[in-house]
Amino acid sequence: MALDRETVAQVAQLARLRLDETESAAVTDRLNEILGMVDELQQAEVADVEPMAHPLELAQPLRADEVTESDRRDDVMGLAPAEEGGCYLVPRVVE
Amino acid sequence: MNWEAVIGLEVHVQLNTRSKIFSGSSTAVGAEPNSQASLLDLGMPGTLPVLNREAVNKAVRLGLAIDARISRRCVFERKNYFYPDLPKGYQTSQLAEPIILGGEISLNLEDGSEKTVRLHHAHLEEDAGKSLHEDFHGMTGIDLNRAGTPLIEVVSEPDMHSAAEAVAFARKLHAIVTSLDICDGDMSQGSMRFDVNVSIRPRGEQTLGTRTETKNLNSFRFMEMAIHREIERQIEVVEGGGEVVQETRLFNGETGQARTMRIKEEADDYRYFPCPDLLPVVIEEADIEALRTDMPELPDARRERFAQQYGLSDYDAGLLSGERATAAYFEAVVAECGDAKQAANWINGELAARLNAGEIGIKDSPVNSASLARIIERVADGTISSKIAKQVFEACWQGEGSPDEVIESRGLKQMSDSGELERIVDQVIADNPDQVAGYRAADEKKQKKMFGFFVGQVMKQTGGKANPREVNRLLGEKLDG
Amino acid sequence: MKLHEQSLASLKAGLEQGDFSSRQLTQHFLERIRSLDPRLNSFITVTADAALAAADAADAARARGEAGPLCGLPLAHKDIFCTRGVRTSCGSRMLDNFTSPYDATVVARMAAAGAVMLGKTNMDEFAMGSSNETSYYGPVRNPWDQDRVPGGSSGGSAAAVAAGLAPAATGTDTGGSIRQPAALNGITGLKPTYGRVSRLGMVAFASSLDQAGPMARSAADCALLLEAMAGHDPGDSTSVDRPVDDCQTGLDRSLEGLTVGLPEEFFPQNLDPRIAEVTREAVRELEKQGARVVDISLPTMKYSVPAYYVIAPAEASSNLARFDGVRYGYRCEHPENLTDLYERSRSGGFGDEVQRRILVGTWALSHGYYDAYYLRAQRVRRLIRDDFARAFEKVDVIMGPTTPETAFPLGAKSGDPVNMYMADVFTIAVNLAGLPALSMPAGQLDGLPAGVQVIGNYFDEARILNVAHRYQQATDWHRRSPDTGGEA
Repeated sequence: MALDRETVAQVAQLARLRLDETESAAVTDRLNEILGMVDELQQAEVADVEPMAHPLELAQPLRADEVTESDRRDDVMGLAPAEEGGCYLVPRVVE
Repeated sequence: MNWEAVIGLEVHVQLNTRSKIFSGSSTAVGAEPNSQASLLDLGMPGTLPVLNREAVNKAVRLGLAIDARISRRCVFERKNYFYPDLPKGYQTSQLAEPIILGGEISLNLEDGSEKTVRLHHAHLEEDAGKSLHEDFHGMTGIDLNRAGTPLIEVVSEPDMHSAAEAVAFARKLHAIVTSLDICDGDMSQGSMRFDVNVSIRPRGEQTLGTRTETKNLNSFRFMEMAIHREIERQIEVVEGGGEVVQETRLFNGETGQARTMRIKEEADDYRYFPCPDLLPVVIEEADIEALRTDMPELPDARRERFAQQYGLSDYDAGLLSGERATAAYFEAVVAECGDAKQAANWINGELAARLNAGEIGIKDSPVNSASLARIIERVADGTISSKIAKQVFEACWQGEGSPDEVIESRGLKQMSDSGELERIVDQVIADNPDQVAGYRAADEKKQKKMFGFFVGQVMKQTGGKANPREVNRLLGEKLDG
Repeated sequence: MKLHEQSLASLKAGLEQGDFSSRQLTQHFLERIRSLDPRLNSFITVTADAALAAADAADAARARGEAGPLCGLPLAHKDIFCTRGVRTSCGSRMLDNFTSPYDATVVARMAAAGAVMLGKTNMDEFAMGSSNETSYYGPVRNPWDQDRVPGGSSGGSAAAVAAGLAPAATGTDTGGSIRQPAALNGITGLKPTYGRVSRLGMVAFASSLDQAGPMARSAADCALLLEAMAGHDPGDSTSVDRPVDDCQTGLDRSLEGLTVGLPEEFFPQNLDPRIAEVTREAVRELEKQGARVVDISLPTMKYSVPAYYVIAPAEASSNLARFDGVRYGYRCEHPENLTDLYERSRSGGFGDEVQRRILVGTWALSHGYYDAYYLRAQRVRRLIRDDFARAFEKVDVIMGPTTPETAFPLGAKSGDPVNMYMADVFTIAVNLAGLPALSMPAGQLDGLPAGVQVIGNYFDEARILNVAHRYQQATDWHRRSPDTGGEA
């Protein structure tokens, strides 16, 4: 499996990363080295093996439906790069 | 060409838990922006989700109500996409192993027919925050109070063929989730939101046409409007020689129009995968059984009971049993006044009209169940006529006081003093000698027609307060005698 | 012995006997940091004032007879743990301006036990690296040879402990990030069973693999620290609700009857024979104490690195999506629109290795590749776990080298990601399986420390600490310290 620069550009767009022209070739080369190594997986015999998402196969604990959080707005708004009236500000979103 | 529309619905139902699905923040609406967003809801580094038991229980209750399969094991996955109202960059949702599979909802359509709509599945997920476009001088403000509110998304099979069927489905689902007390049903607050998938095909054709999805419908009226328009639009496109394009459309409630939001080719690749911060949810048979024994009465059962217990028509029983709040109001009125028929007439007539006009929920009705019962009683005991009763209702609606206060302060009590009424009847006979002579000379058939004139005169003199039966008796005696 | 060469246990005894106060001890380490760290670069943030205040509070608590198990003992936290009111950078420009609004459970528990935080240690950016060269704050230098890497990603913690800038530190281990730098710095580091230590407040790299653990001068010190760190946290759904075993009382237990498995996969043809010999020598010491050695095989282990480099980047690509320039962290200047804000903030805030892994992970989860890569890696993961399960039917612990080589020169692998990834070839399988494992110093090659790994069955931390402790009772590799020049 080898990636071309166009595929890398699409993946970068999905990940919201910007690769400029000069980086793109080098990034594609590095990714292909990594995928070359990762491709060894294709030799593994995995027929009938269930995928394992968690190391310990336990069940999800459930918590009581109680309000336990208090207002932290003053703590967190100071971290915001742009804020007004308690709202985070971003460039206008057009749907 | 004769076209058939094929419609499927995806309904987002906000579950009315106290706290959010994965955090202990309050789900109450109306708070200051971002004051009900915990560090998890804000997507702070290192924060982790813990699942709310009630969200699971409420989903199970829905599954039981719609006769669906409850998954004994379900899995939360991450749906990855970037949007400012999605603080973690993914929505925690379910895809491959949802909590509810299958199920069906039966509809009673307005033409009296019945129809069953199958459900594909229903899954638990978290709501996103809100983007606010006003007041930020060209920027968008993000409020994450809603982020993490539990949702159950109900996905139907494409079993509906008209806007009316789709609306009937949506109303029935609304009735079920409110009866189950798993959703407050407040559409104005977005507690239920609809995405509608529409396609058309020549009638008789089996394969499905290309479908569009219209999003952002938060009322039955908008949904109906959007489906009508979309069916028309697709027919126009196809009959004009074009092809329907698979796309997502956004409905604008202000203009009543939908427009293309994105076409399929641009669609995101959501990269779903099992959320590593949450383990598979295991639902024990015993927990399901405990919830089953604790199920409230559902709309269909209630409809049957109303028809039998109160002798209501199918139509009345259907209208009164749908919404839990309406049913409760009805039963409260009957418990007070004992007259189910009158209660049904009032609630489905005068009250429904006023509530609809004012877009008011029955819980917030200015005329409460006790007041309506009192009005019905006052008609029954002859204190007021049914015509006056409408005046009393109106005054109560306007906040003039209880029915008895209104009757008293406005002097609406029927004239029950027959001496006073007899004096007025005598006066009317004395004032209209020509009509009296004409009446007496006429045959029985004509007399019946002319009798109304004298009744009208008496009513005019009494300001409508005379007991009609008494008026009839007295006039009959005096004119015939 | 100098304060900074003593074990936690002996410092604890010194505090208890009143030989010195926590303030004196804390000042000693702060002074060493001041004089030595400008060169080593093992700390990103030093919290000197808060440390002295905490030391005074610890001294006061001890005077009141309220000393917790770590009362007055200074330590450093890897900068991946959220610390309220203190910058939590995760080694990234993205979080250079981020002051955490809360404490990680690990930080809170250790503080409650009386520990004094000296500061936050340097690390590979978002824990992605094996050399500490991906840190936004520059590489950490290995105190044994300052032209060499300390390993990673917990390289700052390892170097700080080795150089005597802190008697102990916390680390996190996703694919070897505690054990590999512990080996390269000649200290002891423990990655507990997945779920043993709360992940709440640990900036997530790969959630199903990440696990926090102690890094210190000995197994006994790790045991003391583990007891304070570990335990069920209802705030972490993957934290296991199971009591933490007493790891300290069993430390001296005899190794008579212990079965040690040596997997052939840990001794490949191309392995430096001197590295293999370090492990064999360590195993011989255990045999002397009554252990029995058997050869075993973990046939699927050969797929552990490729499986890891699908699963870890996949989870990371999603975990790191929250860093978007909207609510905290780095935001680009004058974004033209939303996409521009996202792309320039993320590409400006993340370094090259982090971006590479996000790309790999995004790709592995994307339409058309999910089954062939992500799901296949998850299936391989189960096979690896099954290999270990079969092995633990026959053996009590598994041993092998921690790393295929000792500390390599700065820059030697930084341009070659795949070569760098192979630095974790012996540690990654343990994370995929979720097992506990420890690295302890067991030799030196050309003056550089070499580590041996002891892997235990699930929740058997007490056993591997016992094995390591008995080994350390009979040897002195763990007592050796690098020459840090002028003495503070």
